[in-house]
Amino acid sequence: MAMDLASATFRGYRRENGRAGVRNHVIVLPVDDLSNAACEAVANNIKGAMAIPHPYGRLQFGADLDLHFRTLIGTGANPNVAAVVVIGIEDGWTQRVVEGIAETGKPVTGYGIELHGDHETILRASKTAREYVQWASELVREEAPLADLWVSTKCGESDTTSGCGANPTVGDAFDKLYRHGTTLVFGETTEITGGEHLVAERCRTPEIRERFMYMFDRYQELVERHKTSDLSESQPTKGNIAGGLTTIEEKALGNIQKIGRECMIDGVLDKAETPDGPGLWFMDSSSAAAEMVTLCAAAGFVVHFFPTGQGNIIGNPILPNVKICANPRTVRTMSEHVDVDVSGLLRKEMTPDEAGDALLDMMLRTANGRLTAAEALGHREFVLTRLYESA
Amino acid sequence: MIDFVVHDEGDSVGVVVVEGVRAGAELTGWIMDQDREIAFRAASDIPIGHKLAIKPMRTGDTVIKYGVDIGRVVADIALGEHAHVHNIKTKRW
Repeated sequence: MAMDLASATFRGYRRENGRAGVRNHVIVLPVDDLSNAACEAVANNIKGAMAIPHPYGRLQFGADLDLHFRTLIGTGANPNVAAVVVIGIEDGWTQRVVEGIAETGKPVTGYGIELHGDHETILRASKTAREYVQWASELVREEAPLADLWVSTKCGESDTTSGCGANPTVGDAFDKLYRHGTTLVFGETTEITGGEHLVAERCRTPEIRERFMYMFDRYQELVERHKTSDLSESQPTKGNIAGGLTTIEEKALGNIQKIGRECMIDGVLDKAETPDGPGLWFMDSSSAAAEMVTLCAAAGFVVHFFPTGQGNIIGNPILPNVKICANPRTVRTMSEHVDVDVSGLLRKEMTPDEAGDALLDMMLRTANGRLTAAEALGHREFVLTRLYESA
Repeated sequence: MIDFVVHDEGDSVGVVVVEGVRAGAELTGWIMDQDREIAFRAASDIPIGHKLAIKPMRTGDTVIKYGVDIGRVVADIALGEHAHVHNIKTKRW
């Protein structure tokens, strides 16, 4: 039976700022590499609190530092997060992250380690984390309209079956969601190379097209400046090539199947930038899986569609990744990583419409609380994008 | 039984979607956009997910998939042969 999206709802957590989340995490967020140990100690003390360690945050400057703060603040602000404990080596940047997250109205407290040391910081932060976890555990899911669900997509370890199976499945689902006023995003700027004219044609206005082409051209210049070869084995990756993808153009044409056939691009975002309205957004981003998914989480998306061919196993600490696969060998050999098997598409046993509905069904189940394969397996890849060297 | 798929009837390559295709195998292909079937003989062993040539291609030719340019031919490719990085390269970068 075809899915009736017009009346579809999900059960989510209504946050203080009106957004709806599908998870209820209490996170312990380090501002910098030095604070990872304290964050992990707090998460070890308090069951239900999750540390999100990462390697950066020292001596960054300019646009790279802005992106660092935008990503950390966006991660804490994401509606899948109920409350946040922030720990940094010193108070200044720690409070900057706290104040950014506090704009959502959710509970957030920060701790600087200097003048206290790890022991006292872990003690103080653990007391707050315990309060937050117990508070969050009493929050109740409420019915929310489909339009409140923000859905991102990015594919990984793609192969040729991605372009004819898993990615068109996302495209079908995106076309259907778009009609119901959801907020959607895709990106992977270099991975549009060879299909940029097709994406440009889908931009709703000349201004949006100009901004998209600016982002696209800027990334091409970056590749030209740093490349030492034709990028074969990097883009496409060694895994892509093993899966049968030959050139970046072929990979790109498969990639852009994810934006379907109908939806128009309503705006262009910088990395980790939050959209200010519904529709389909393009976010300038790396095509590396964990970097892109981390940026989607920081932009406020609450469910992610992750199509794969050869079997990318990525997850994210706060953004559930629904894995879609059409490669029958991957579905057989890596079944524990696959949420939606659409390999029937390649045998003509399933139509694109049915595949899209199967994904939307899994999306709603995920939104209602079903753990994705990556969540059950403990995949929490949190990878910050860097723009250049530290000072 | 579909052994390979083709996105568009104008494409020069199809994608093998079953495991264990050996040279000489008779294959059934599905052209997705036009929803019609074609038959082809594999001229090489071709792994799942890899491409076979459904049009003969000469060095310098443009390879078409999804109805769009996906690169240039760098070594001649006969009908039914494995088409990949050994005979096709990007036109970018």
